[in-house]
Amino acid sequence: MKHQPIDQYAEKIAEEKRAAVYGGSKAGYDSRKKALFNHYTAPDDLRRLAGALKQHAIENLDTYLPQVEAKLTANGARVHWAEDAHEACQQVLEIMRARNATKIVKAKTMVSEEIGLAPFLEKEGIECLETDLGEFIIQIAHDHPSHIVKPIIHKNRREIARLFEENGLGEYNDDPETITRRARQYLRHKYLAADVGITGANFVSAESGRLVVVTNEGNSRFSLAATKVHIALVGIEKIVPKDRDLAILLNLLARSGTGQQLTVYTEFISGPRRAGQPDGPEEMHVIFVDNNRTQVLASDCREILRCIRCGACLNVCPVYRQASGHAYRSVYPGPVGAVLSPLLAGSRFPELADLPKASSLCGACNEVCPVNIPIPDLLLRLRNRGKREKSAVAAAATPPLGSWALAATLPAAWKAGLAMGGLINAVPKPLLPQAARSWIEARGLPLWRGGQFRKWLKRRKK
Amino acid sequence: MSNSRERILGRVRASLAPLKLRAAYPDFADNAATMTGLPFGDIKALFKERLHLIDGRAFDDVTALAAWLKAEGHTHGYCDPALWPQLQPAFGVEFKVETSFDRKRVDDYRFGITRAAGAIAETGTIILQDATTSTRLGALAPWVHVAVLTTEQILPDLATAVTKLGDDPNTIWCTGPSKTADVEGILIQGVHGPGVQIALFVPSLS
Repeated sequence: MKHQPIDQYAEKIAEEKRAAVYGGSKAGYDSRKKALFNHYTAPDDLRRLAGALKQHAIENLDTYLPQVEAKLTANGARVHWAEDAHEACQQVLEIMRARNATKIVKAKTMVSEEIGLAPFLEKEGIECLETDLGEFIIQIAHDHPSHIVKPIIHKNRREIARLFEENGLGEYNDDPETITRRARQYLRHKYLAADVGITGANFVSAESGRLVVVTNEGNSRFSLAATKVHIALVGIEKIVPKDRDLAILLNLLARSGTGQQLTVYTEFISGPRRAGQPDGPEEMHVIFVDNNRTQVLASDCREILRCIRCGACLNVCPVYRQASGHAYRSVYPGPVGAVLSPLLAGSRFPELADLPKASSLCGACNEVCPVNIPIPDLLLRLRNRGKREKSAVAAAATPPLGSWALAATLPAAWKAGLAMGGLINAVPKPLLPQAARSWIEARGLPLWRGGQFRKWLKRRKK
Repeated sequence: MSNSRERILGRVRASLAPLKLRAAYPDFADNAATMTGLPFGDIKALFKERLHLIDGRAFDDVTALAAWLKAEGHTHGYCDPALWPQLQPAFGVEFKVETSFDRKRVDDYRFGITRAAGAIAETGTIILQDATTSTRLGALAPWVHVAVLTTEQILPDLATAVTKLGDDPNTIWCTGPSKTADVEGILIQGVHGPGVQIALFVPSLS
């Protein structure tokens, strides 16, 4: 294979898309920096604190998970446990069937993308409508999100305007305000007609059993004001020990994700609506999803479970900026995805084992991470695992290091190689090894001047 | 279902068992992430300033609010029935204000007036809870949301607010109008929630 899959994708990407992703991620990086460094004297200390907090939480999930289950149950919510994607989808379906429900409005949840909820439910004849503006556009385009926080970072307004026109949402108009108003008008009637609202959770407090859901658009709020049933899909790693921890994490999440001091809507949901409140769910279900997270917890990469899905590492990553999120072939793109996606793939790890190589290990992802995940270290561990498991995609475009290693262990072979090295100047480029050809595609190969050091040293000794 | 529970929790325990030492709960002050350098002395002034920065509005008297609503052409709205007797005198005959919210006519209401459960000065946030919100939809669906509160309800910072959530099943912190930047990163206000978020201060709440 000439290149790794991610390079192949990046090569073919349309210039318009590349520019959109590059510009969008750079803007995200700039606003994050401003918010953190203007608001705090030592933002780095906060990142480390948040990292320690989340590390504590995931290393004590055996205590916190039963605790949160007991709290939620006492608050009047029903708790379910799903081992894998299929079981989670099936549980949603069963809750729907028990209520004869057919219509879902869904706020943004990465877990639902991970388990393929919408396609599953559509096959069962259930309407599952995305309500986040970006996700709604992705849905009508039959596309996939390419960023955790900005799902349509790869699309420009003209594409969106054409989509709206094709889907009967008014004549072509690429003014972002018009696009937004049309979505507002269309979706509010969908909320009101829906039976069930689905959300994720950014955090769950073990102390109070409170789910915390943050949005800027208010789509989660509308789902939970208009429908009678709330289903929350929550990865088991989302637990934090106490309510007070939320002050640290919410402050960092908004600043790292979108450069805001706080997201517009921060919802704390601990159960069904209060007696006397006319609107909102009378039934609340929380589905805790494993889907290979316990495998990650058992691995030497468990730090990745600290992730709070802010997207800061995507915005700063030189590979993400050039390749876009779709290049990662999975729900979680960018540096976090390069670690998390192959891990969550479970037995399909080898299929995504090239992702940890899609990094220059520059370390920027670690520097911006609000929970201080040592992403470069984790990438190295996964590269090692990819090699051990003999993943074919991970081996793509790797230089023939075996022959190098052989030469380096045999002094005679090494000397002979040096003596003949000058020949490389005469070899026509197409005959060079693949690794060398890829290397010189965008670089010049200097003329061979090797083999001089030993001569020089000999002369010096005399 | 309970089998899945046992298996998941079993795997969690098995994953953590080999750890000789678990990461300790870190030691930190509640206000570790409170913004540095804010003037918390005059909490109401700070709240208004922070609210203004995120494109929210504050009014100190009902007459000024009614005048603004009228000038903007928002003359049809919803008001919490418990608040209406107190606010009504400031609203002229040109207003049509309903004290029950009909979800079949969500687009009829240009504004919704409900009580706030509190506010956060640091972030310009208005706190809503089920106990004080007469209808979730009435506080959400209209273009303008007016949250009615008193100065005493303002909390200094987010760190304080997060420890005072109480036992209400639904607390919502509203920090400015609903917004999106999904289309080319351009900021647009008023997506699904209110396009205008207002805090109305009253001397006391009956």
